[in-house]
Amino acid sequence: MLNAVYQLVEPRRFETVFQEINVTSDKILVRPTYLSICHADQRYYQGSRPAEILAKKLPMALLHECIGEIVYDPKGELKPGQRVVLIPNTPTQQDEVIAENYLRSSKFRSSSMDGFMQDYVPMERDRLVKLPDNINNEVAAFTELQSVSVHALSRFAVTANNNRNIMGIWGDGNLGYITAVFCKAMFPQMKLYIFGVHGEKLADFTFADEVYHINQIPEDLLVDHAFECVGGPGSQQAVEQIIDHIQPEGTISMMGVSEYPIPINTRMVLEKGLKLVGSSRSGREDFVKTIEICSSHPDIINYLSNIVGAVVPVRSLSDVRKAFEMDLQKSGGKTILEWNK
Amino acid sequence: MVFGVILAGGIGSRMGNAEKPKQFLNIGGRPILIHTLEKFYVCPKFEKVLVLCPNRWMEHTKNLVKKYIADSSKIEVLEGGATRNDTIMNSIAYIEKNYGLDDETVIVTHDSVRPFVTHRIIEENIEKATEFDACDTVIPATDTIVRSDDNAIISEIPERSKMYQGQTPQSFKAKKLKELFEALSDEEKEILTDAAKIFVLKGQKVHLVEGEVSNIKITYPYDLRVAEALIKEN
Repeated sequence: MLNAVYQLVEPRRFETVFQEINVTSDKILVRPTYLSICHADQRYYQGSRPAEILAKKLPMALLHECIGEIVYDPKGELKPGQRVVLIPNTPTQQDEVIAENYLRSSKFRSSSMDGFMQDYVPMERDRLVKLPDNINNEVAAFTELQSVSVHALSRFAVTANNNRNIMGIWGDGNLGYITAVFCKAMFPQMKLYIFGVHGEKLADFTFADEVYHINQIPEDLLVDHAFECVGGPGSQQAVEQIIDHIQPEGTISMMGVSEYPIPINTRMVLEKGLKLVGSSRSGREDFVKTIEICSSHPDIINYLSNIVGAVVPVRSLSDVRKAFEMDLQKSGGKTILEWNK
Repeated sequence: MVFGVILAGGIGSRMGNAEKPKQFLNIGGRPILIHTLEKFYVCPKFEKVLVLCPNRWMEHTKNLVKKYIADSSKIEVLEGGATRNDTIMNSIAYIEKNYGLDDETVIVTHDSVRPFVTHRIIEENIEKATEFDACDTVIPATDTIVRSDDNAIISEIPERSKMYQGQTPQSFKAKKLKELFEALSDEEKEILTDAAKIFVLKGQKVHLVEGEVSNIKITYPYDLRVAEALIKEN
């Protein structure tokens, strides 16, 4: 079958190409229904990645946060119309120690392979997770980002010491908000402090115990552990503050992506005996766990619904451009594409 | 019930020196007809997909279906008629005989040589035919359309914003289409170029479904080159 794939060919320009799908293979055909835009997609769209990276990656279909409906399962196990989340990480080998999202051989949608902006997406069976009815389409669209938070929190659970009274989260954007929401569900006994720069956004963290503007942190305030959800050049200041305000032997979970190397005060890391744990992307078990947590904590769906920004119906490539431009101008929240291209 | 009806009746007379009808030529390493058929085969809303082709190509078509499609029981290869509308009537006769024809039976008719049709176009055809009885897939005309009654001098230049180019699928309530077709006079049947016109001639509404520029009809050798250019390796 000749499948339409909508690729970014250069910044701000999409084109349709057709790729052959073999319908007699074991792959399951999924029709994307709701997708959401990630910062990484936005950087490709704007052309803000280095030119040599763009030259290597484009043309490529964008978007890796996606849900869809089963169209055709050659084995007939998944029924047509079944709602599923599509997992963007695509391992090519198995390893008993290293998680699938850290294997250097793994591919990732809208980074090292075409993303989900397609008419149909042929998916391996283990790259799909069924969605329960209680998670609405708009929130489900960014399950992938939620699973990244759940992945980092799960790593925290096994790497951090048992001083678990206060958790500090630096970053008041989508990643900080989602990580905070899941932290509250996964570590309900911990107090949650949020550190950010936007008063309006900080006001949305109504479930947190305290929120602080980063310029007004009490000098003697200490957290047991911290998540860095800032990313970009702001990472440096965030890491600096975390090192100042974290208890000895605390764990710093690093989640914010930066295009540039971030200097770290290693003297204090050594003196305090801190652990820095990097976290990136997620794998199947994180998706499954995310959906389980959402199903057993209905309040999470409500909190996550609060950060659904624009929901843009997409019937054409100009609608896709419109969605990316709207996403650029928004102050916060997730931009969702209701896919009907 | 909804049926896919793939019209593969062409004999390839416009395809230069090609030996086979154009629907059997390969693009991207597979026959055009198979690419088209697969789009309908994977759609769970179709009870059955009917392929109508010239009698002497029926065995060849059956062999291709067997070779390329996993579950060929969802596909039935039938003989086409002398004209496009006779072919469609053959498909309706098959449905009537094997499934019965009721007011809700919908057929989605599609050119076998339009393999780039998309999910949205097929879905919207099913929706609109179910709701409104008839629909036609079109794109806004980009060239100015000129009408000439004598093939020499312009009779009219219609306002371009009101002009569309017809594509397929064209979808209908099968029973109504059959009744309207049977009510046409021989003169009316003479001027039919497609099935939507059966509804229009009888004063029935045909709703528009937005097509895609890429939903091209592979008619001339030039189109084959364009089609190959649209296909990219994974």
